[in-house]
Amino acid sequence: MNLIFEIFISGALVVSGIFGFVGSYGLVKLKSTLQRLHAPTKATTLGVGGVLVASMLYFYASTGHISVHEMLIAVFLLLTAPIIANFIAKTYMARNLRASDLPKSQSRKGWALYEDPPKP
Amino acid sequence: MLTRLIPHPLLSLLLVFVWLGLVNKLTLGNLILGGFFGLVIPMLTAPYWPGRPKLRKPMNVLGYVLIVLWDIVVANVQVALIILFRSNPNIRSQWVVVPLELTSAEAITVLAGTITMTPGTVSATLAADGGSILVHCLHTDDPDAVRDEIKTRYERRLKEIFQ
Repeated sequence: MNLIFEIFISGALVVSGIFGFVGSYGLVKLKSTLQRLHAPTKATTLGVGGVLVASMLYFYASTGHISVHEMLIAVFLLLTAPIIANFIAKTYMARNLRASDLPKSQSRKGWALYEDPPKP
Repeated sequence: MLTRLIPHPLLSLLLVFVWLGLVNKLTLGNLILGGFFGLVIPMLTAPYWPGRPKLRKPMNVLGYVLIVLWDIVVANVQVALIILFRSNPNIRSQWVVVPLELTSAEAITVLAGTITMTPGTVSATLAADGGSILVHCLHTDDPDAVRDEIKTRYERRLKEIFQ
């Protein structure tokens, strides 16, 4: 493996480490649940992404084949992370907030957590 | 006949690619097995997706994905800077209401996912009739600018793709 690959791989690992750390630090530091939700959904996508890039580079450099597993992991991650974030946000809102705590919906109906959908 | 055999050509193609990616080796046997999955799974699951939307401009999807990927990288840096360098009293979190022009459930789902993955925003809930979306913003001084950016940057492009 030549030096350029090693530099890029270490660079990607360092970046991922930094963002992974910041994401976890945000969990500790931020005060409200909804704020804490931002830290893991954002700051860790680049954290995991950096490890995946490093892994792809490493296996390309050592075996000469391009590994597609990492791309699939990235796709699955990007598809599932928003859904989990939405679950947590909705659970928090249902337990702790009322419709009067939120801004008006600017639509004909209020927010779906507090109002039933219109009859079809 | 062809539409009954392959009710969802894009899904079939996607399944073949995902299968080849999962086994991580391009051989004839895997290609045939992937093709088999691509044929059978859409046929078996067809009853679960009635009235799916047509993609008007499939090529725009690629541009949209690239923009969102770039925004995710920018979002990571922005959120990291906010977490590291702002003291808690200075982080002004706000609710932002974004009225929607999109109507199909799939397009709204993609928009909500995009909002969650990009700069400092998490989509929280929809209006009961799907006419607007509630977004929680980690730090902003100008909620209107956030709303306008979501509308011009993402919703406009999704409208071109789906409607």
